[in-house]
Amino acid sequence: MSARHFVSGEPFDPHSIEALTPVQEKYYLASQWKLMWWKLRRHRLAVICGVILALNYASILFSEVIAPYDLHTRHTDYIYSPPQAVHLFHDGEFIGPFVYGRGYELDMEILKRNYPEHRDEVLPLRFFCAGDPYRFWGLFEARFHFVCPPENGTFFLLGTDRLGRDMFSRITQGARVSLTIGLVGIAISFFFGIVIGGLAGYYGGWVDAVVQRLIEVIRSFPELPLWMALSAVLPVNWSPILIFFGITVILALLDWTGLARAVRSKLLSLREEDYCAAAELMGARPGRIIGRHLLPGFMSHLIASATLSVPAMILGETALSFLGLGLRPPVTSWGVLLNEAQNINVVALYPWLLFPVVPVVLVILAFNFFGDGLRDAADPYK
Amino acid sequence: MLHYILRRILTMIPTLLIISMLVFVIIQLPPGDYLESHIAELQSQGESVDEKKIEFLRKQYGLDRPLPEQYGLWLIGMLQGDFGYSFEYDLPVTDVVGDRLFLTVLISITTILFTWAVAFPIGIYSATHQYSWGDYGLSTLGFLGLATPNFLLALVMLYFANVYFGTSIGGLMAPEYIDTPWSFDKLVSILEHLWIPVIVIGTSGTAGMIRRLRANLLDELQKQYVTTGRAKGLPPGRLLRKYPLRIALNFFVADIGNLLPTVISGAEIVAVVMSLPTTGPLLLSALQSQDMYLAGSFLMFLAVLTVFGVLVSDILLALLDPRIRLGGGIDK
Repeated sequence: MSARHFVSGEPFDPHSIEALTPVQEKYYLASQWKLMWWKLRRHRLAVICGVILALNYASILFSEVIAPYDLHTRHTDYIYSPPQAVHLFHDGEFIGPFVYGRGYELDMEILKRNYPEHRDEVLPLRFFCAGDPYRFWGLFEARFHFVCPPENGTFFLLGTDRLGRDMFSRITQGARVSLTIGLVGIAISFFFGIVIGGLAGYYGGWVDAVVQRLIEVIRSFPELPLWMALSAVLPVNWSPILIFFGITVILALLDWTGLARAVRSKLLSLREEDYCAAAELMGARPGRIIGRHLLPGFMSHLIASATLSVPAMILGETALSFLGLGLRPPVTSWGVLLNEAQNINVVALYPWLLFPVVPVVLVILAFNFFGDGLRDAADPYK
Repeated sequence: MLHYILRRILTMIPTLLIISMLVFVIIQLPPGDYLESHIAELQSQGESVDEKKIEFLRKQYGLDRPLPEQYGLWLIGMLQGDFGYSFEYDLPVTDVVGDRLFLTVLISITTILFTWAVAFPIGIYSATHQYSWGDYGLSTLGFLGLATPNFLLALVMLYFANVYFGTSIGGLMAPEYIDTPWSFDKLVSILEHLWIPVIVIGTSGTAGMIRRLRANLLDELQKQYVTTGRAKGLPPGRLLRKYPLRIALNFFVADIGNLLPTVISGAEIVAVVMSLPTTGPLLLSALQSQDMYLAGSFLMFLAVLTVFGVLVSDILLALLDPRIRLGGGIDK
């Protein structure tokens, strides 16, 4: 006897047997960016590096406030002065942050300037105080500083250079140029990369062949000599701002190839997708298909690879300025500061002039780790 | 095999042509021609200008003709071994370059060998011991190597080499050997000085290579044939040597295309800092004084050097990997 076939008359609700838990629901309904964020958040190191970068970039908004001195203030009595340590205790007694006063003597034998510490002269630092005047964001005069040198004293946290300018102030304000050059440069190379890579990937054929050849040539060329040659072309009489943009464009001109390659290979595979064919059938133009349908699919990936190429730009600027082919004073960047540390005497006698390399290394490491984390997170479905 | 090499050399020709065009455009970019700025410089120093010589040079290098024609002349000249004339040194470019190019090649090759020797064991160790303390430590070191500007490392190393080993500062040999004929002592002196630039230039390339090798080997280690091999009871060392390592080795040779531009870039800037008698300082001064034939030839030499390096690595790769010989390609 065969079993009777039975169908329940009750209305069937498929969700009743496959109900999503609230957690699952949140996950399945989340946007791609949200998924990326969740995945990135789990990557401790990347988050820490992201925070470091954010702090660095936030600091360039207020560099004048953070720096105790103005960028160009000279202390002719304190040329090549070594760093001054900040102390908290004097004779076992808590005083708060202070520095000891300094004398000056010239070692007649080797003509070296010495700045002996006066242990009895206790000079407390001032906080939230009025110091060197500056134009805040170029808008209004201000004298407010986060920390100021003590009255009748000096505060050179990282020493001074050959003109007696405070290194710490110069480093904090040099960050402005060094950090923005990376971002502006990457914006330009992003544009080139998307347009050129997009054309090559979408059209294929000879356009692709030409672009591929060009990319191959540019990549096979050692970057630095080419950068050097291009920046030697910049006219000497250009204003510092123009030079800044010139250098940025030069850095970007050679950097777009990686992005263009990524865009091209992604487009080549994505344009075969059904939704792309559908858009084409409905009469969408190539520009719309690329910009509206294809790009959003791998934007996150692109941003991650862009983050990874910022360090190369920062290093490139540093190298060029160091050689004297990049930015020129009075524009101050980390590379320009390092230009002063060009000979071996500096390493032997005034090693604190090498300090600008610390933020360079820090920022580059942070960009690398953050970019790595972003790249892992950019593919949230993996 | 011969067929492959031939095809590979033929595809080099368009690449070199594009490079020569790029270089020519770059050396043409500054306003005015070389002779004008040269004359202006001479006059500003109060020296007399030899009109006849200027006229001869102008004719010789076709500076009075339209640009495309100048490009043609430059190109043909280079093919015949005439690289133009350096106004700063008052010599044909070939005479100025001579030894310097050789030393650049020497430093580059030594650096690449150094990079390989360091990157290979470390890359394998990091991949086979993924997420161990050794892996983390070496990765951090590698990242540091990537992040430190070359020129700074050069300065600091130079200082310490001088303090602790008494190596003379700058140069590629002890002062007494400069301009002497080659001898065994001179070679030893060069080797004594060579290690600093090699290490300095090598750091960033090594760091990059370790990361790429590690990623590549990790991909390979996750493949099914490795699992199969392990399931069949192959000892780990033999398994590693026999299969994944061989495939990663291909990548290792292919990676020279990535490595060489880094090495040469690094060599240029480090040479400036350490005043090595290589192409770096000369290129810099040629660019600064707009001695453009000299600069142009240098750029061209460096590019050709890179392209040839990649060619050599491609041929080696073809020897190693039948897939390439037979017309396919591997993904870098």
